[in-house]
Amino acid sequence: MNQNNGMESAAMSAEPLNQAQAAAANQKAAELAQIAQQAHPQQAGSGSFGGMAVRSSAVMNPARIAVKDLNFYYGANKALKGITLDFPDRQVTGMIGPSGCGKSTLLRVLNRMYSLYPGQRAEGQVMLDGQNIVDDGMDLNALRAKVGMVFQKPTPFPMTIHENIAFGIRLHEKLSRAEMEERIEWALTRSALWGEVKDRLHSSAMGLSGGQQQRLCIARTIAVRPEVILFDEPTSALDPISTLKIEELIDELKRDFTIAIVTHNMQQAARCADQVAFFYLGELVEVAPAAELFTAPRQKRTQEYITGRFG
Amino acid sequence: MSATTSPMPQSSVPGRAKDRATSEALGRRRARADAIVRVLCTIATILGLFFLASILLTLVIRGAGGISLSVFTNVTRPPGSHGGLLNPIIGSLIQVFLATLVGTPIGMLVGTYLAEYAGESRFGQVVRFVSDVLLSAPSILIGLFVYQILVLPFGGFSGWAGIVALAIIVIPVVVRTTEDMLRLLPNTLREAVIGLGAPKWKMIVLVCWRAAVSGIITGVLLAVARVAGETAPLLFTSLGNLNWSLNLSQPMSSLPITIYSYAGSPYEDWITLAWTGALIITLGVLGLNIAARSVLRARR
Repeated sequence: MNQNNGMESAAMSAEPLNQAQAAAANQKAAELAQIAQQAHPQQAGSGSFGGMAVRSSAVMNPARIAVKDLNFYYGANKALKGITLDFPDRQVTGMIGPSGCGKSTLLRVLNRMYSLYPGQRAEGQVMLDGQNIVDDGMDLNALRAKVGMVFQKPTPFPMTIHENIAFGIRLHEKLSRAEMEERIEWALTRSALWGEVKDRLHSSAMGLSGGQQQRLCIARTIAVRPEVILFDEPTSALDPISTLKIEELIDELKRDFTIAIVTHNMQQAARCADQVAFFYLGELVEVAPAAELFTAPRQKRTQEYITGRFG
Repeated sequence: MSATTSPMPQSSVPGRAKDRATSEALGRRRARADAIVRVLCTIATILGLFFLASILLTLVIRGAGGISLSVFTNVTRPPGSHGGLLNPIIGSLIQVFLATLVGTPIGMLVGTYLAEYAGESRFGQVVRFVSDVLLSAPSILIGLFVYQILVLPFGGFSGWAGIVALAIIVIPVVVRTTEDMLRLLPNTLREAVIGLGAPKWKMIVLVCWRAAVSGIITGVLLAVARVAGETAPLLFTSLGNLNWSLNLSQPMSSLPITIYSYAGSPYEDWITLAWTGALIITLGVLGLNIAARSVLRARR
């Protein structure tokens, strides 16, 4: 069965692979790919990636979000081509791929962020709680309360730390003062920021460091109690220590939330994700449990990417 | 691996080797150009500052002598009878304040519409163009316009007409600064608000305006400074009033109009009062700017 699959997908991939090589117009790349192919087999199934233990489980939970045959257009430009991908419940899905391959675009479909911009549209099926969220009739504010997002650059609002978190909560809930304080403390504690800010909740959030601001944004997102959290390269603007904290946080948050994370950093995907999806030129090339994708990719392009041959 | 790689050549850069003399000559040329540009910039700055300083200095020298308590307590009187500037000062304060009060919200809403809703749409571009034309329109035209629609039909000059004329000048200034300040905000900030499930109006009112507030206030202050010194639009609208009057339906006194008529008069004490009035406007605008800046800094 496995072998069959492998052969099938290899046959299917033969043509796009040639295209990619032609696009690169680089003979050396072809040579290198050959070398890599010869060198590769001994690595398969070793269960580690770059010396790091992979945290993920090989068993995927049932899908929380099910994407089926999704196409996405920026005007006339087709940015996603027939994506079919499940986001397992309370696990982390990492999305990797070179710049412009559509991973952020997919993320922005999941909370309909693209609807802010005229000319961007999606067609296909993205099922969340029995609803197709790309339907025109979707209540976007309710959807975004359910699907929170953390951005590449920290985006604190120009108000106090306390107000930053209360802002999101007040959009969707009417809480008493005590309940509000309790929720804010919970959100800040879960995002590993409470100890650092508990004495200055009423000072401006703009005074926090970059890493603290990013954790504040995570606190603000989870305070609304979403079901899904989208991370769009959440650590690419942060220093290594802050990055480590955010990664630990993501690992901790997956107990309660379904998480999708876009990252350029493959080690990060290996550290954080249970399932990893590799995108290339608007297509989903391969999706597999992290350990499998990083140690025994089925697709040649995945293998080339994760070994740094292109991208 | 090693069998396939060819030996590395000494230098892979094509063309002749770098000529040291040429590159040094180019470096000297850059240094000369830099010196010339620097001198030109410095001269222009000094020239600008010179005129500015000479205006301010003249204003202080000629105006400061006339400042006394009676300027602020006495209304305008015939020459030689110790008149003051109480009614022009109060008249200007009322008209500028109410014009700002009327013009600021309209300007802010239009600027917000342009930045947050219209974008690059056809209608947005038209509005932006018209607003920019209004920004640079000669203010006497605005005076004539209000004269036609408010003074002639309602039977006379009035404070209200003056307020409307000044408000029309305030609007495009505030439109421009509001739009510019909102456009400076990164889109990710907007997406972050929307991403929490906030409707667009809450995004604008609770976050975008707050983030842009210092820029918008600066724009409003610019507008205040501009209308505080406007004379032409008031000539056709509130006209000026030599007597004490707080009735906005009647002609109303103002500092620029008083300066205009006093400065051209043959009476020594009126001319001194005109200088004093000019100094008061300048100090008033300066004081307002400093106050607003310190308030904004304290908030941060």
